Amino acid sequence: MRFEQWLYTLPLRWRDRLRGKQVDQELGDELRDHLEQQIQVNLEKGMSKEDARRSALLALGGMTQIEQQCRDARGHNLIGNTIQDLRYGVRQLFRSPGFSVLTILCLTLGIGVNAAVFSWAEGILFRPYPAVAHQERLLALGGTARGVSGGGPISWPDFLDLQRNCTLCDALFVSKITGSTLSIGDHAEVTTGSIVSANYFDAIGVRPLLGRGFEPGEDVGNDAHPVVVISYDLWQKRFRGDPQIVGKVQRLNNIPHTIIGVTPEHFYGTFVGWAMNFWVPASMEENFESGGYKLEDRGSRWIESYERLKPGITRAQAQNEMTAIATRLEADYPATNRGRNIQLWALWQTPFNNAGTMLPTLEIMAAVVVFVLLIACANVGNLLLVRSFARRHEMSVRMATGATGGRLLRQLLTEGMILAGLGAAGGLIVAYWCRHALGLLLPARSGIAMYLPGEIDWHVMLLSAGICLMATLVLGLVPAFQARNIDLAGALKADSSSVTTARRRAWMRSGLVVFQVCLSFILLAGAVLLLESLQKIRTASPGFSTNRVVETSVSLVAAGYDDPRAKIFQDDLIERVRALPGVESAAYARLTPLDYGTYSSTPIAVDGYHPPLEEQPAVDYNQVGPAYFATLGIPLLSGREFTRADDENASLVAIVNRTMKARYWGDHDPIGRRLQVKGKWARVIGVAADSKYESIREDPKPFFYVPLLQDFVRGPALNIRTTESLQNISAALLHEVRSIDGNLALYEMITLQEQVDRSTSPQLVAVTLVSILAGLALLLAAVGLYGVMSYAVAQSMRELALRMALGAGSTDLLRLVISRGLRLTAGGVFLGAAAGLALTRLLGKLLYNVSPSDPRAFGAALAVMTITTVAACFFPGWRASRTDPARVLRD
Amino acid sequence: MSSTSANFDRELKKGSAELLILSLLEGRARHGYEISQLIEQRSACTLKFNVASLYPLLYRLEKRGWIQGQWVEKPGQRRRRYYRLIPAGKAMLKQQRRTWAEFVTAMQRITGVSHA
Repeated sequence: MRFEQWLYTLPLRWRDRLRGKQVDQELGDELRDHLEQQIQVNLEKGMSKEDARRSALLALGGMTQIEQQCRDARGHNLIGNTIQDLRYGVRQLFRSPGFSVLTILCLTLGIGVNAAVFSWAEGILFRPYPAVAHQERLLALGGTARGVSGGGPISWPDFLDLQRNCTLCDALFVSKITGSTLSIGDHAEVTTGSIVSANYFDAIGVRPLLGRGFEPGEDVGNDAHPVVVISYDLWQKRFRGDPQIVGKVQRLNNIPHTIIGVTPEHFYGTFVGWAMNFWVPASMEENFESGGYKLEDRGSRWIESYERLKPGITRAQAQNEMTAIATRLEADYPATNRGRNIQLWALWQTPFNNAGTMLPTLEIMAAVVVFVLLIACANVGNLLLVRSFARRHEMSVRMATGATGGRLLRQLLTEGMILAGLGAAGGLIVAYWCRHALGLLLPARSGIAMYLPGEIDWHVMLLSAGICLMATLVLGLVPAFQARNIDLAGALKADSSSVTTARRRAWMRSGLVVFQVCLSFILLAGAVLLLESLQKIRTASPGFSTNRVVETSVSLVAAGYDDPRAKIFQDDLIERVRALPGVESAAYARLTPLDYGTYSSTPIAVDGYHPPLEEQPAVDYNQVGPAYFATLGIPLLSGREFTRADDENASLVAIVNRTMKARYWGDHDPIGRRLQVKGKWARVIGVAADSKYESIREDPKPFFYVPLLQDFVRGPALNIRTTESLQNISAALLHEVRSIDGNLALYEMITLQEQVDRSTSPQLVAVTLVSILAGLALLLAAVGLYGVMSYAVAQSMRELALRMALGAGSTDLLRLVISRGLRLTAGGVFLGAAAGLALTRLLGKLLYNVSPSDPRAFGAALAVMTITTVAACFFPGWRASRTDPARVLRD
Repeated sequence: MSSTSANFDRELKKGSAELLILSLLEGRARHGYEISQLIEQRSACTLKFNVASLYPLLYRLEKRGWIQGQWVEKPGQRRRRYYRLIPAGKAMLKQQRRTWAEFVTAMQRITGVSHA
């Protein structure tokens, strides 16, 4: 439009908007003037007054329609119409509050669960690190071994080589979770932190709020830079926001550290699952990690690291570069790096934090919530069908008085938008309430709750808006579709409804219920499968005793014990523990099975075993004390346990598990044979049964044990087999520990069953969430079924009355209604079973020893569905059975 | 009139309606009734606009900034809304006339129909 056109049209628009009533009145005046002129002409032609008027009116047509068409043609009243539509829509909602509340609730539920799960995915998988810049260019970096699935940590020397040679990355940095005892005044607590490379804060683009980050070189040396950056939360809660905090000294694991900085608020570090409270440079590793100084040991893999890509670089390009560097390292350091590669993962696939653990659960949840949304939409669809039938008279009147199809559609879409908007707003509130639910479902460890927040950002808003838009279209188009078929003359007559329309509507409603039952059945079957799987996981034998064995550890590292002092303490304590009433045996071990922590891994050589050229056998191992196997109940298949005599002065010995024996010695007895561990030869003295080491779902893998006294660690776990309760043994142990050294603290004591339960918590979360959502889906389906049956009963009162009059009893009518409901359910269950057989395979990653097509799960889902149907149909059936035939037939 | 020829007639009217109105407003401002009467008279009743089409069209042309409606009160007459052509409408009329002339010439060449 040209400028001079604007000059004319703009005032027109403003006048329309500001003086709409006057404009409308003038429009009427203009048309009336036209009419009057026509009447005058007719009179001049000699018509009577009445004929002249009738003829003019006929020539003019419907005044209201023309006025509406003129308004539409002018098109300036869009805002006015929208406001009018909104007002009308709100009034309509208040006019039928039952429909409105039910629809909004269904949409709130459908949109809410979707927004919640998407916000979890956003907060845990896609943008897990608040305040960290350019997360889209961050990749997790770890090591892999040829022939071994999954990824793990890398060594510090390998990291330095990768950092030096990487050309496609902006930065490569380390962030390894650790824990520490923090004592301030008389209050001590365990807190989580990270061991990081000196470039950490620069690499993630986080500037400390106070003080500074680490400087280059602070990650070099052994215990060379006792400096720490603390979190905003720690600063506020434990140091009361002391503005002079920088420069003060805080003991971490009993070593004084100078506080050099405070991170900004809402920065929680780079570990999915826990909020970090402090960061120390890698040079302080020995103080926080068991297993000694590892910064110069290429075979010691303990680092979890990340790579930030340069802009425009793809993951595939970066992976190629990493593989090339890994190949060079393999050639340069065959003793430690043969068969090893470097792998890059997207953040949501990170193998060394809870992103990887939660991924399968969130994948399933994403599918489940779409089901819930569809079920909710089906319910809303059903409600709309009933309502559009109830409003057909109103629609007919509006059409008869000049409303065009487009105008009606806009009104209906506005009403849909109000409903969908309220549903979306409610959904976002639900998502906001649920944002921390995932962390709460997982058990706390050492008293620290998991931090798995949902992130309600613009992605989540966009998703909710998308669903809202879709719902608006459905909510508006369903009644508009119905209105399209309105027969004006017929509809204006009260209560008229053609048999075919009613039948089609009944079919649509029944179809929607079948669809709901089908989806609910799939969810139910999935929930039962997950439940079965969880039960199997929790009752499966992990290869060690879970009852009557407890585990804890003593804060020797935090208390500043050196190795000789720690050895004396450990000897003293174990003797005292063994003497406690109810204690059958006790043993130390560097790691307890299924605990969070990384087993030591070492390249090995076996006498008589010649590996293929490209393979460098590397096996995980644990350092355990005397009586370990007896305490944990791991059967020894041959040979003997470690004893007190297997100490640093004795010849090196090892015990291998059954899988390791089978792989490296075949049918030969390994007892007395030699095994090279970390470059030294040890003699095999026993074969232990296989057990679970890191995950209850892992396949049997080679594993071996060495005596703790020959590979000493200061802070091992203490395992106790006892007949006493957890409280009693904990109190007795604390008493013994304190009687040796009053400054020592005891870490959390748990049974090994608790350990198993914690390690299977992702399954528990999946079961809990899927069960809750399946329950909701079932409730929605039951509401849908109830609605359809109630409506069907109300519509067929005459038929029911006739049946009664002809001799049918109350029970017959009840049976009739329930059997109709069961027929619908049967259809849904049949479709659900067919689709479920294909879809439950997606649960594969979460299922343990349960077939995705397990007939028991499907049978249980069928039983629940049948009971629900009978319950949902009972009230309509009961009402049908109370029909008074005389009254109904008379009416 | 068969339904095909009725359709053709309707489409022809629809296509020419804007040109007719703009042409009638070229010399002077007119009100709606006058426009409808003039179309009927000058076409010897061949073209007839019903009110349901005329007024929405007038409002549409006004919205486009081609014509402008103004209430005028003349002595001895009731207040009426007169429409006048404004610059953008004049330019559009010129363009539509040219297009129409080209169209008619082309039609004559093809169909062989010409003025008597």
